[in-house]
Amino acid sequence: MGLGFSLVAVLTLVLIALGGVGGANLQYLFGVIIPYAAIATFIVGFTLKVLGWAKVPVPFRIPTTSGQMKSFPWINHDKFDNPDTTGQVVGRMLLEVLLFRSLFRNTKTELRDGPRLAYGSDKWLWLAGLAFHWSFLVIVLRHLRFFFADVPVLVQAIEGLDGFLQVGAPLLYITDVVIISAVTYLFIRRVIIPQVRYISLPADYFPLFLILGIAITGVLMRYFIRIHVVGIKELAMGLVTLKPVVPEGIGVLFYIHMFIVSTLRMYFPFSKLMHMGGVFLSPTRNLANNNRRQRHENPWNYDVKVHTYEAYEDEFREKMKESGLPVEKE
Amino acid sequence: MKLYDGGKIITGLVIFVGLMLSPFILGMAKPGEKPDPKTDTPEIQEMEEKDRKCVEPKEFMRTSHMVFIDSWRDQALRDGDRVYENSEGKEIDISLQNTCMKCHSNKKKFCDECHNYMAVKPYCWDCHIVPEEKEGGV
Ligand code: HEC
Ligand code: HEC
Ligand code: HEC
Repeated sequence: MGLGFSLVAVLTLVLIALGGVGGANLQYLFGVIIPYAAIATFIVGFTLKVLGWAKVPVPFRIPTTSGQMKSFPWINHDKFDNPDTTGQVVGRMLLEVLLFRSLFRNTKTELRDGPRLAYGSDKWLWLAGLAFHWSFLVIVLRHLRFFFADVPVLVQAIEGLDGFLQVGAPLLYITDVVIISAVTYLFIRRVIIPQVRYISLPADYFPLFLILGIAITGVLMRYFIRIHVVGIKELAMGLVTLKPVVPEGIGVLFYIHMFIVSTLRMYFPFSKLMHMGGVFLSPTRNLANNNRRQRHENPWNYDVKVHTYEAYEDEFREKMKESGLPVEKE
Repeated sequence: MKLYDGGKIITGLVIFVGLMLSPFILGMAKPGEKPDPKTDTPEIQEMEEKDRKCVEPKEFMRTSHMVFIDSWRDQALRDGDRVYENSEGKEIDISLQNTCMKCHSNKKKFCDECHNYMAVKPYCWDCHIVPEEKEGGV
Protein backbone atom coordinates (compact mmCIF):
# COMPACT_ATOMS: atom_id res chain seq x y z
CA MET A 1 0.00 0.00 0.00
CA GLY A 2 2.63 2.51 1.15
CA LEU A 3 4.95 1.09 -1.46
CA GLY A 4 2.61 1.60 -4.39
CA PHE A 5 1.61 5.05 -3.20
CA SER A 6 5.21 6.21 -2.88
CA LEU A 7 6.23 4.77 -6.22
CA VAL A 8 3.34 6.51 -7.95
CA ALA A 9 4.19 9.76 -6.14
CA VAL A 10 7.79 9.72 -7.34
CA LEU A 11 6.81 8.73 -10.88
CA THR A 12 4.31 11.60 -10.87
CA LEU A 13 7.12 13.98 -9.93
CA VAL A 14 9.13 12.72 -12.89
CA LEU A 15 6.16 13.24 -15.19
CA ILE A 16 5.53 16.74 -13.84
CA ALA A 17 9.08 17.79 -14.65
CA LEU A 18 8.95 16.00 -17.99
CA GLY A 19 5.73 17.76 -18.94
CA GLY A 20 6.74 21.08 -17.45
CA VAL A 21 10.04 21.32 -19.28
CA GLY A 22 9.65 18.99 -22.23
CA GLY A 23 6.09 20.07 -22.99
CA ALA A 24 5.46 23.51 -21.56
CA ASN A 25 9.02 24.90 -21.67
CA LEU A 26 8.99 26.01 -18.05
CA GLN A 27 12.79 25.90 -17.76
CA TYR A 28 12.90 28.97 -15.54
CA LEU A 29 10.38 27.51 -13.10
CA PHE A 30 12.13 24.14 -12.83
CA GLY A 31 15.68 25.43 -13.12
CA VAL A 32 15.53 28.54 -10.96
CA ILE A 33 12.36 29.19 -8.97
CA ILE A 34 11.77 25.71 -7.56
CA PRO A 35 15.46 25.16 -6.64
CA TYR A 36 15.54 28.50 -4.80
CA ALA A 37 12.31 27.67 -2.98
CA ALA A 38 13.71 24.26 -2.10
CA ILE A 39 16.97 25.49 -0.62
CA ALA A 40 15.12 28.14 1.40
CA THR A 41 12.63 25.59 2.73
CA PHE A 42 15.45 23.24 3.55
CA ILE A 43 17.56 25.69 5.52
CA VAL A 44 14.72 27.48 7.32
CA GLY A 45 12.80 24.27 8.00
CA PHE A 46 15.89 22.50 9.28
CA THR A 47 16.80 25.38 11.60
CA LEU A 48 13.29 25.71 13.03
CA LYS A 49 13.08 22.00 13.63
CA VAL A 50 16.36 21.95 15.54
CA LEU A 51 15.37 25.02 17.55
CA GLY A 52 12.13 23.26 18.40
CA TRP A 53 14.11 20.35 19.80
CA ALA A 54 16.39 22.74 21.67
CA LYS A 55 13.40 24.02 23.61
CA VAL A 56 12.76 20.63 25.16
CA PRO A 57 14.21 20.48 28.67
CA VAL A 58 16.75 17.79 29.51
CA PRO A 59 15.94 17.00 33.16
CA PHE A 60 18.74 14.54 33.72
CA ARG A 61 21.13 12.28 31.87
CA ILE A 62 19.57 9.38 30.00
CA PRO A 63 22.42 7.90 27.98
CA THR A 64 22.13 4.29 26.86
CA THR A 65 24.78 2.63 28.90
CA SER A 66 25.85 -0.53 27.19
CA GLY A 67 29.12 -0.93 29.07
CA GLN A 68 30.68 -0.62 32.50
CA MET A 69 30.26 2.74 34.12
CA LYS A 70 33.29 4.54 35.54
CA SER A 71 33.71 3.44 39.13
CA PHE A 72 36.68 2.02 41.08
CA PRO A 73 40.04 2.28 39.37
CA TRP A 74 40.37 -1.52 39.32
CA ILE A 75 37.13 -2.00 37.38
CA ASN A 76 37.56 -1.49 33.64
CA HIS A 77 35.64 1.50 32.46
CA ASP A 78 34.02 1.21 29.03
CA LYS A 79 34.78 4.70 27.74
CA PHE A 80 32.72 4.82 24.57
CA ASP A 81 29.75 2.78 25.73
CA ASN A 82 29.42 4.56 29.02
CA PRO A 83 31.10 7.91 28.55
CA ASP A 84 32.05 9.87 31.61
CA THR A 85 33.55 13.08 30.23
CA THR A 86 32.75 15.39 27.33
CA GLY A 87 35.78 14.07 25.47
CA GLN A 88 34.47 10.53 25.69
CA VAL A 89 31.05 11.72 24.55
CA VAL A 90 32.65 13.33 21.51
CA GLY A 91 34.39 10.03 20.79
CA ARG A 92 31.13 8.17 21.11
CA MET A 93 29.34 10.62 18.81
CA LEU A 94 32.07 10.46 16.18
CA LEU A 95 31.94 6.68 16.14
CA GLU A 96 28.17 6.86 15.90
CA VAL A 97 27.98 9.48 13.17
CA LEU A 98 30.88 8.27 11.05
CA LEU A 99 30.66 4.51 11.55
CA PHE A 100 27.10 3.86 12.80
CA ARG A 101 28.49 1.98 15.77
CA SER A 102 25.16 1.23 17.40
CA LEU A 103 23.76 -0.21 14.20
CA PHE A 104 26.71 -2.58 14.19
CA ARG A 105 25.04 -4.26 17.15
CA ASN A 106 21.97 -4.98 15.08
CA THR A 107 20.60 -8.46 15.66
CA LYS A 108 17.97 -10.56 14.02
CA THR A 109 15.39 -12.67 15.77
CA GLU A 110 14.00 -15.86 14.31
CA LEU A 111 11.48 -18.43 15.39
CA ARG A 112 13.02 -21.83 14.64
CA ASP A 113 11.51 -25.30 14.84
CA GLY A 114 10.81 -26.35 18.30
CA PRO A 115 9.48 -23.65 18.60
CA ARG A 116 12.63 -22.02 19.71
CA LEU A 117 13.58 -18.36 19.61
CA ALA A 118 16.98 -17.68 18.05
CA TYR A 119 19.01 -14.49 17.94
CA GLY A 120 21.87 -13.84 15.59
CA SER A 121 24.13 -11.06 14.49
CA ASP A 122 23.00 -9.18 11.40
CA LYS A 123 25.58 -6.88 9.87
CA TRP A 124 24.08 -6.40 6.42
CA LEU A 125 21.89 -3.49 7.41
CA TRP A 126 24.90 -1.78 8.94
CA LEU A 127 27.05 -2.42 5.91
CA ALA A 128 24.47 -1.24 3.39
CA GLY A 129 23.58 1.76 5.53
CA LEU A 130 27.19 2.78 5.85
CA ALA A 131 27.88 2.24 2.15
CA PHE A 132 24.83 4.26 1.24
CA HIS A 133 25.52 7.21 3.53
CA TRP A 134 29.19 7.49 2.63
CA SER A 135 28.47 7.31 -1.08
CA PHE A 136 25.81 9.95 -0.66
CA LEU A 137 28.29 12.23 1.10
CA VAL A 138 30.94 11.73 -1.56
CA ILE A 139 28.40 12.40 -4.29
CA VAL A 140 27.22 15.61 -2.63
CA LEU A 141 30.83 16.76 -2.26
CA ARG A 142 31.58 15.88 -5.87
CA HIS A 143 28.65 18.02 -6.99
CA LEU A 144 30.34 21.05 -5.49
CA ARG A 145 32.34 21.29 -8.70
CA PHE A 146 29.21 22.81 -10.20
CA PHE A 147 28.99 25.51 -7.56
CA PHE A 148 32.51 26.93 -7.30
CA ALA A 149 34.37 28.92 -9.95
CA ASP A 150 37.63 27.56 -8.54
CA VAL A 151 36.83 24.01 -7.62
CA PRO A 152 38.35 23.32 -4.17
CA VAL A 153 41.31 20.94 -4.20
CA LEU A 154 39.54 18.63 -1.77
CA VAL A 155 36.61 18.24 -4.16
CA GLN A 156 38.98 17.49 -7.05
CA ALA A 157 40.84 14.96 -4.93
CA ILE A 158 37.61 13.19 -3.99
CA GLU A 159 36.57 13.12 -7.61
CA GLY A 160 39.93 11.72 -8.66
CA LEU A 161 39.74 8.95 -6.07
CA ASP A 162 36.16 8.14 -6.96
CA GLY A 163 37.07 7.70 -10.62
CA PHE A 164 40.40 6.04 -10.15
CA LEU A 165 39.35 2.78 -11.76
CA GLN A 166 39.52 4.73 -15.07
CA VAL A 167 36.73 2.76 -16.67
CA GLY A 168 35.21 4.34 -19.77
CA ALA A 169 34.71 8.00 -20.59
CA PRO A 170 33.34 9.88 -18.76
CA LEU A 171 35.01 7.95 -15.99
CA LEU A 172 32.92 5.55 -13.95
CA TYR A 173 32.49 6.69 -10.36
CA ILE A 174 32.69 3.95 -7.74
CA THR A 175 30.14 5.69 -5.53
CA ASP A 176 27.55 5.61 -8.31
CA VAL A 177 27.68 1.83 -8.35
CA VAL A 178 27.73 1.62 -4.56
CA ILE A 179 24.82 3.96 -3.91
CA ILE A 180 22.49 2.26 -6.38
CA SER A 181 23.36 -1.18 -5.02
CA ALA A 182 23.01 -0.09 -1.41
CA VAL A 183 19.69 1.71 -1.84
CA THR A 184 18.35 -1.23 -3.82
CA TYR A 185 19.41 -3.56 -1.01
CA LEU A 186 17.76 -1.34 1.60
CA PHE A 187 14.57 -1.32 -0.44
CA ILE A 188 14.51 -5.08 -1.02
CA ARG A 189 15.21 -5.69 2.66
CA ARG A 190 12.21 -3.58 3.57
CA VAL A 191 9.97 -5.53 1.25
CA ILE A 192 11.02 -9.11 1.82
CA ILE A 193 11.45 -9.23 5.60
CA PRO A 194 7.85 -9.54 6.81
CA GLN A 195 8.39 -7.75 10.13
CA VAL A 196 10.11 -4.82 8.45
CA ARG A 197 7.52 -4.67 5.74
CA TYR A 198 4.76 -4.62 8.35
CA ILE A 199 6.13 -1.48 9.99
CA SER A 200 7.00 0.30 6.72
CA LEU A 201 4.96 3.35 5.89
CA PRO A 202 4.82 5.72 2.93
CA ALA A 203 7.20 7.90 4.95
CA ASP A 204 9.75 5.09 4.63
CA TYR A 205 9.27 4.23 0.97
CA PHE A 206 8.91 7.77 -0.33
CA PRO A 207 12.38 9.05 0.60
CA LEU A 208 13.87 5.76 -0.56
CA PHE A 209 12.29 6.17 -3.99
CA LEU A 210 13.24 9.84 -4.13
CA ILE A 211 16.86 8.98 -3.49
CA LEU A 212 16.76 6.10 -5.93
CA GLY A 213 15.18 8.44 -8.49
CA ILE A 214 17.92 11.00 -7.97
CA ALA A 215 20.63 8.37 -8.30
CA ILE A 216 19.10 6.84 -11.41
CA THR A 217 18.59 10.14 -13.22
CA GLY A 218 22.13 11.16 -12.27
CA VAL A 219 23.60 7.92 -13.55
CA LEU A 220 21.57 8.20 -16.76
CA MET A 221 22.93 11.70 -17.34
CA ARG A 222 26.50 10.74 -16.76
CA TYR A 223 26.73 7.46 -18.61
CA PHE A 224 23.80 7.00 -20.92
CA ILE A 225 21.87 10.05 -22.08
CA ARG A 226 24.12 12.98 -22.87
CA ILE A 227 23.33 16.40 -21.45
CA HIS A 228 25.11 19.73 -21.83
CA VAL A 229 27.35 19.65 -18.75
CA VAL A 230 28.94 23.07 -19.26
CA GLY A 231 25.45 24.59 -19.57
CA ILE A 232 24.49 22.98 -16.27
CA LYS A 233 27.44 24.57 -14.52
CA GLU A 234 26.43 27.92 -15.99
CA LEU A 235 22.96 27.42 -14.55
CA ALA A 236 24.33 26.39 -11.16
CA MET A 237 26.75 29.32 -11.03
CA GLY A 238 23.87 31.61 -11.96
CA LEU A 239 21.94 30.31 -8.99
CA VAL A 240 24.72 30.80 -6.45
CA THR A 241 25.67 34.25 -7.73
CA LEU A 242 21.99 35.27 -7.65
CA LYS A 243 22.10 36.09 -11.35
CA PRO A 244 20.05 33.17 -12.62
CA VAL A 245 20.46 32.13 -16.23
CA VAL A 246 18.90 29.27 -18.15
CA PRO A 247 21.30 28.18 -20.93
CA GLU A 248 19.90 26.58 -24.05
CA GLY A 249 19.92 22.88 -24.76
CA ILE A 250 20.64 21.42 -21.34
CA GLY A 251 18.33 18.46 -21.72
CA VAL A 252 15.09 17.63 -19.94
CA LEU A 253 16.65 14.82 -17.92
CA PHE A 254 18.60 17.39 -15.95
CA TYR A 255 15.41 19.20 -14.97
CA ILE A 256 13.86 15.95 -13.81
CA HIS A 257 16.93 15.29 -11.68
CA MET A 258 16.81 18.80 -10.27
CA PHE A 259 13.09 18.56 -9.54
CA ILE A 260 13.45 15.35 -7.54
CA VAL A 261 16.39 16.85 -5.67
CA SER A 262 14.30 19.94 -4.90
CA THR A 263 11.45 17.77 -3.68
CA LEU A 264 13.81 15.90 -1.39
CA ARG A 265 15.10 19.17 0.02
CA MET A 266 11.64 20.55 0.67
CA TYR A 267 10.46 17.30 2.18
CA PHE A 268 13.55 16.93 4.32
CA PRO A 269 12.69 19.10 7.36
CA PHE A 270 9.28 17.44 7.71
CA SER A 271 10.43 13.86 7.43
CA LYS A 272 12.41 11.15 9.13
CA LEU A 273 15.38 12.39 7.15
CA MET A 274 15.83 14.95 9.93
CA HIS A 275 17.84 12.25 11.69
CA MET A 276 20.71 14.08 10.00
CA GLY A 277 20.36 16.82 12.60
CA GLY A 278 18.66 14.62 15.15
CA VAL A 279 21.55 12.27 15.69
CA PHE A 280 23.51 15.12 17.23
CA LEU A 281 20.65 15.87 19.59
CA SER A 282 19.89 12.34 20.78
CA PRO A 283 19.95 12.40 24.58
CA THR A 284 20.73 8.70 24.71
CA ARG A 285 23.96 9.31 22.76
CA ASN A 286 25.18 12.82 23.49
CA LEU A 287 25.16 12.92 27.30
CA ALA A 288 27.88 11.79 29.67
CA ASN A 289 26.68 9.28 32.22
CA ASN A 290 27.52 11.27 35.33
CA ASN A 291 24.17 11.20 37.11
CA ARG A 292 25.72 9.74 40.24
CA ARG A 293 28.48 12.27 40.50
CA GLN A 294 26.81 15.47 39.48
CA ARG A 295 23.51 16.96 40.49
CA HIS A 296 21.31 17.72 37.48
CA GLU A 297 18.50 19.96 38.50
CA ASN A 298 15.16 19.42 36.87
CA PRO A 299 14.69 22.55 34.77
CA TRP A 300 10.94 22.67 35.28
CA ASN A 301 11.12 22.48 39.04
CA TYR A 302 9.34 25.48 40.54
CA ASP A 303 11.00 27.20 43.48
CA VAL A 304 10.15 25.24 46.61
CA LYS A 305 9.90 27.30 49.74
CA VAL A 306 12.11 25.49 52.24
CA HIS A 307 12.48 25.85 55.95
CA THR A 308 15.84 24.41 56.98
CA TYR A 309 16.44 22.90 60.38
CA GLU A 310 18.80 25.76 61.33
CA ALA A 311 16.11 28.33 60.61
CA TYR A 312 13.58 26.20 62.51
CA GLU A 313 15.84 26.01 65.53
CA ASP A 314 16.55 29.74 65.39
CA GLU A 315 12.86 30.35 65.46
CA PHE A 316 11.95 27.99 68.26
CA ARG A 317 15.19 27.77 70.26
CA GLU A 318 13.83 29.36 73.40
CA LYS A 319 10.70 27.25 73.40
CA MET A 320 12.68 24.10 72.76
CA LYS A 321 15.01 24.84 75.65
CA GLU A 322 12.10 25.53 77.92
CA SER A 323 10.54 22.17 77.21
CA GLY A 324 13.91 20.44 77.57
CA LEU A 325 14.45 19.48 73.91
CA PRO A 326 18.10 19.22 72.82
CA VAL A 327 19.30 22.02 70.53
CA GLU A 328 22.36 22.14 68.32
CA LYS A 329 23.36 25.72 69.05
CA GLU A 330 23.10 27.12 72.51
CA MET B 1 12.03 31.19 24.49
CA LYS B 2 14.39 29.18 26.56
CA LEU B 3 16.86 26.87 24.85
CA TYR B 4 18.55 24.06 26.67
CA ASP B 5 22.25 23.69 25.76
CA GLY B 6 21.51 26.62 23.47
CA GLY B 7 25.14 27.60 23.04
CA LYS B 8 26.16 24.26 21.58
CA ILE B 9 23.08 23.88 19.44
CA ILE B 10 23.30 27.38 17.99
CA THR B 11 26.99 26.82 17.21
CA GLY B 12 26.06 23.64 15.35
CA LEU B 13 23.30 25.41 13.46
CA VAL B 14 25.56 28.30 12.46
CA ILE B 15 28.09 25.82 11.07
CA PHE B 16 25.33 23.99 9.22
CA VAL B 17 23.82 27.13 7.69
CA GLY B 18 27.28 28.46 6.86
CA LEU B 19 28.16 25.28 4.98
CA MET B 20 24.86 25.32 3.13
CA LEU B 21 25.34 28.94 2.09
CA SER B 22 29.07 28.72 1.35
CA PRO B 23 28.58 28.30 -2.42
CA PHE B 24 26.49 31.48 -2.40
CA ILE B 25 28.98 33.46 -0.33
CA LEU B 26 32.00 32.33 -2.34
CA GLY B 27 30.07 32.57 -5.60
CA MET B 28 29.20 36.22 -4.98
CA ALA B 29 32.83 36.93 -4.12
CA LYS B 30 34.15 35.17 -7.21
CA PRO B 31 31.57 34.47 -9.91
CA GLY B 32 34.12 33.16 -12.47
CA GLU B 33 33.70 33.26 -16.21
CA LYS B 34 32.00 30.82 -18.47
CA PRO B 35 34.26 29.03 -20.91
CA ASP B 36 34.68 30.18 -24.45
CA PRO B 37 36.35 27.41 -26.47
CA LYS B 38 37.98 28.92 -29.55
CA THR B 39 37.64 27.24 -32.92
CA ASP B 40 39.79 29.69 -34.86
CA THR B 41 43.01 27.75 -35.26
CA PRO B 42 45.00 28.26 -38.48
CA GLU B 43 43.95 24.76 -39.61
CA ILE B 44 40.27 25.51 -39.25
CA GLN B 45 40.58 28.98 -40.81
CA GLU B 46 42.25 27.49 -43.86
CA MET B 47 39.13 25.46 -44.56
CA GLU B 48 36.38 26.74 -46.78
CA GLU B 49 33.65 28.52 -44.87
CA LYS B 50 31.10 25.78 -45.53
CA ASP B 51 33.47 23.02 -44.44
CA ARG B 52 34.26 24.52 -41.07
CA LYS B 53 32.62 21.74 -39.22
CA CYS B 54 33.56 19.20 -36.64
CA VAL B 55 33.50 15.50 -37.38
CA GLU B 56 29.93 15.42 -36.15
CA PRO B 57 27.42 18.25 -35.51
CA LYS B 58 28.52 20.75 -32.90
CA GLU B 59 25.66 20.04 -30.47
CA PHE B 60 26.48 16.37 -30.51
CA MET B 61 30.20 17.00 -30.01
CA ARG B 62 29.57 19.36 -27.16
CA THR B 63 27.60 16.85 -25.10
CA SER B 64 29.07 13.58 -26.31
CA HIS B 65 32.69 14.01 -27.42
CA MET B 66 33.95 11.97 -24.44
CA VAL B 67 31.81 8.98 -25.32
CA PHE B 68 32.55 9.54 -28.94
CA ILE B 69 36.35 9.43 -28.71
CA ASP B 70 36.03 6.47 -26.40
CA SER B 71 34.13 4.64 -29.12
CA TRP B 72 36.81 5.75 -31.60
CA ARG B 73 39.43 4.23 -29.39
CA ASP B 74 37.52 0.96 -29.24
CA GLN B 75 36.92 0.92 -32.97
CA ALA B 76 40.57 1.59 -33.75
CA LEU B 77 42.22 -0.60 -31.17
CA ARG B 78 39.77 -3.44 -30.57
CA ASP B 79 38.29 -3.81 -34.03
CA GLY B 80 41.38 -2.61 -35.87
CA ASP B 81 39.23 -0.38 -38.04
CA ARG B 82 40.80 3.06 -38.27
CA VAL B 83 38.36 4.74 -40.61
CA TYR B 84 35.23 6.38 -39.30
CA GLU B 85 32.30 7.24 -41.50
CA ASN B 86 30.46 10.25 -40.09
CA SER B 87 26.77 11.06 -40.32
CA GLU B 88 27.33 12.84 -43.64
CA GLY B 89 29.07 9.83 -45.12
CA LYS B 90 32.51 11.40 -45.00
CA GLU B 91 35.43 9.11 -44.17
CA ILE B 92 37.71 10.28 -41.42
CA ASP B 93 40.91 8.82 -40.01
CA ILE B 94 40.50 7.77 -36.43
CA SER B 95 43.16 9.45 -34.39
CA LEU B 96 43.17 11.58 -31.31
CA GLN B 97 46.41 13.34 -32.08
CA ASN B 98 46.21 13.49 -35.86
CA THR B 99 42.53 14.21 -36.37
CA CYS B 100 40.97 15.91 -33.35
CA MET B 101 44.07 17.78 -32.40
CA LYS B 102 45.00 18.64 -35.98
CA CYS B 103 42.00 20.94 -36.25
CA HIS B 104 41.87 21.75 -32.56
CA SER B 105 45.54 22.57 -32.32
CA ASN B 106 44.83 24.99 -29.49
CA LYS B 107 44.34 22.54 -26.64
CA LYS B 108 44.75 25.21 -23.96
CA LYS B 109 42.20 27.56 -25.50
CA PHE B 110 39.82 24.80 -26.53
CA CYS B 111 39.75 21.48 -24.66
CA ASP B 112 41.21 22.92 -21.46
CA GLU B 113 38.91 25.93 -21.54
CA CYS B 114 35.92 23.71 -20.77
CA HIS B 115 37.77 21.11 -18.77
CA ASN B 116 39.26 23.62 -16.34
CA TYR B 117 35.85 25.19 -15.87
CA MET B 118 34.40 21.78 -15.02
CA ALA B 119 37.51 20.59 -13.19
CA VAL B 120 37.84 17.48 -15.35
CA LYS B 121 41.31 16.29 -16.14
CA PRO B 122 41.25 13.72 -18.94
CA TYR B 123 44.17 11.38 -18.35
CA CYS B 124 44.65 10.85 -22.09
CA TRP B 125 47.64 13.18 -22.14
CA ASP B 126 49.57 10.92 -19.80
CA CYS B 127 50.41 8.98 -22.97
CA HIS B 128 49.15 10.88 -25.99
CA ILE B 129 51.28 13.79 -27.07
CA VAL B 130 49.78 17.23 -26.88
CA PRO B 131 50.24 19.01 -30.20
CA GLU B 132 52.22 22.18 -30.39
CA GLU B 133 49.99 24.99 -29.27
CA LYS B 134 48.70 27.13 -32.13
CA GLU B 135 46.39 30.03 -31.72
CA GLY B 136 44.07 31.66 -34.14
CA GLY B 137 42.71 35.17 -34.11
CA VAL B 138 43.97 36.29 -37.53
C1 HEC C 1 32.28 22.58 -24.77
C2 HEC C 1 33.25 22.30 -23.73
C3 HEC C 1 34.27 21.19 -24.03
C4 HEC C 1 35.24 21.17 -25.00
C5 HEC C 1 35.52 22.22 -26.05
C6 HEC C 1 35.94 19.94 -24.82
N1 HEC C 1 35.42 19.23 -23.77
FE1 HEC C 1 36.00 17.38 -23.17
N2 HEC C 1 34.63 17.44 -21.69
C7 HEC C 1 33.75 18.47 -21.43
C8 HEC C 1 33.00 18.17 -20.26
C9 HEC C 1 31.92 19.06 -19.66
C10 HEC C 1 33.42 16.93 -19.80
C11 HEC C 1 33.00 16.17 -18.52
C12 HEC C 1 31.71 15.52 -18.59
C13 HEC C 1 31.33 15.05 -17.20
O1 HEC C 1 32.09 15.28 -16.26
O2 HEC C 1 30.27 14.48 -17.10
C14 HEC C 1 34.45 16.48 -20.73
C15 HEC C 1 35.09 15.27 -20.63
C16 HEC C 1 36.04 14.83 -21.51
C17 HEC C 1 36.66 13.53 -21.45
C18 HEC C 1 36.36 12.45 -20.39
C19 HEC C 1 37.22 12.74 -19.20
C20 HEC C 1 36.84 12.09 -17.91
O3 HEC C 1 37.75 12.08 -17.06
O4 HEC C 1 35.72 11.66 -17.71
C21 HEC C 1 37.56 13.47 -22.45
C22 HEC C 1 38.47 12.31 -22.79
C23 HEC C 1 37.50 14.74 -23.17
N3 HEC C 1 36.57 15.53 -22.56
C24 HEC C 1 38.27 15.06 -24.26
C25 HEC C 1 38.25 16.28 -24.90
C26 HEC C 1 39.18 16.69 -25.93
C27 HEC C 1 40.30 15.83 -26.47
C28 HEC C 1 38.82 17.95 -26.29
C29 HEC C 1 39.51 18.85 -27.30
C30 HEC C 1 39.62 18.33 -28.63
C31 HEC C 1 37.68 18.33 -25.50
N4 HEC C 1 37.37 17.30 -24.67
C32 HEC C 1 37.03 19.55 -25.61
C33 HEC C 1 33.62 19.63 -22.16
C34 HEC C 1 34.40 19.97 -23.25
C1 HEC D 1 37.97 19.14 -39.55
C2 HEC D 1 38.41 19.82 -38.37
C3 HEC D 1 37.92 19.23 -37.05
C4 HEC D 1 38.19 18.00 -36.55
C5 HEC D 1 38.96 16.86 -37.20
C6 HEC D 1 37.59 17.95 -35.25
N1 HEC D 1 36.94 19.12 -35.00
FE1 HEC D 1 35.89 19.55 -33.32
N2 HEC D 1 35.24 21.24 -34.16
C7 HEC D 1 35.69 21.76 -35.38
C8 HEC D 1 34.97 22.99 -35.66
C9 HEC D 1 35.16 23.85 -36.90
C10 HEC D 1 34.09 23.19 -34.56
C11 HEC D 1 33.09 24.33 -34.41
C12 HEC D 1 31.80 23.92 -35.05
C13 HEC D 1 30.77 25.03 -35.11
O1 HEC D 1 31.01 26.09 -34.54
O2 HEC D 1 29.74 24.75 -35.69
C14 HEC D 1 34.29 22.09 -33.65
C15 HEC D 1 33.60 21.93 -32.45
C16 HEC D 1 33.91 20.98 -31.51
C17 HEC D 1 33.32 20.88 -30.20
C18 HEC D 1 32.22 21.77 -29.64
C19 HEC D 1 32.78 23.06 -29.09
C20 HEC D 1 31.74 23.96 -28.52
O3 HEC D 1 31.95 25.16 -28.62
O4 HEC D 1 30.75 23.48 -27.97
C21 HEC D 1 33.94 19.85 -29.56
C22 HEC D 1 33.67 19.37 -28.14
C23 HEC D 1 34.87 19.26 -30.49
N3 HEC D 1 34.84 19.98 -31.64
C24 HEC D 1 35.65 18.16 -30.19
C25 HEC D 1 36.34 17.47 -31.16
C26 HEC D 1 36.90 16.16 -30.97
C27 HEC D 1 36.88 15.38 -29.66
C28 HEC D 1 37.43 15.76 -32.14
C29 HEC D 1 38.06 14.42 -32.48
C30 HEC D 1 37.13 13.32 -32.40
C31 HEC D 1 37.23 16.85 -33.09
N4 HEC D 1 36.55 17.87 -32.45
C32 HEC D 1 37.66 16.85 -34.39
C33 HEC D 1 36.62 21.20 -36.21
C34 HEC D 1 37.12 19.94 -36.08
C1 HEC E 1 48.35 4.23 -21.01
C2 HEC E 1 48.59 5.16 -22.08
C3 HEC E 1 47.33 5.71 -22.76
C4 HEC E 1 46.37 6.49 -22.19
C5 HEC E 1 46.26 6.99 -20.76
C6 HEC E 1 45.43 6.79 -23.25
N1 HEC E 1 45.82 6.20 -24.41
FE1 HEC E 1 44.85 6.30 -26.16
N2 HEC E 1 46.24 5.08 -27.00
C7 HEC E 1 47.34 4.57 -26.36
C8 HEC E 1 48.03 3.70 -27.27
C9 HEC E 1 49.30 2.95 -26.95
C10 HEC E 1 47.30 3.71 -28.47
C11 HEC E 1 47.61 2.93 -29.74
C12 HEC E 1 48.25 3.78 -30.75
C13 HEC E 1 48.19 3.14 -32.11
O1 HEC E 1 48.15 1.91 -32.21
O2 HEC E 1 48.14 3.92 -33.06
C14 HEC E 1 46.18 4.58 -28.26
C15 HEC E 1 45.23 4.87 -29.24
C16 HEC E 1 44.15 5.70 -29.07
C17 HEC E 1 43.19 6.03 -30.09
C18 HEC E 1 43.12 5.50 -31.51
C19 HEC E 1 44.29 5.74 -32.37
C20 HEC E 1 44.94 7.10 -32.34
O3 HEC E 1 46.00 7.28 -32.95
O4 HEC E 1 44.42 8.02 -31.73
C21 HEC E 1 42.30 6.90 -29.54
C22 HEC E 1 41.10 7.54 -30.22
C23 HEC E 1 42.70 7.09 -28.18
N3 HEC E 1 43.82 6.34 -27.92
C24 HEC E 1 42.02 7.88 -27.30
C25 HEC E 1 42.38 8.04 -25.97
C26 HEC E 1 41.63 8.83 -25.06
C27 HEC E 1 40.36 9.60 -25.40
C28 HEC E 1 42.24 8.75 -23.87
C29 HEC E 1 41.83 9.42 -22.55
C30 HEC E 1 40.49 9.12 -22.10
C31 HEC E 1 43.39 7.89 -24.03
N4 HEC E 1 43.43 7.47 -25.33
C32 HEC E 1 44.29 7.56 -23.06
C33 HEC E 1 47.72 4.82 -25.07
C34 HEC E 1 46.99 5.54 -24.15
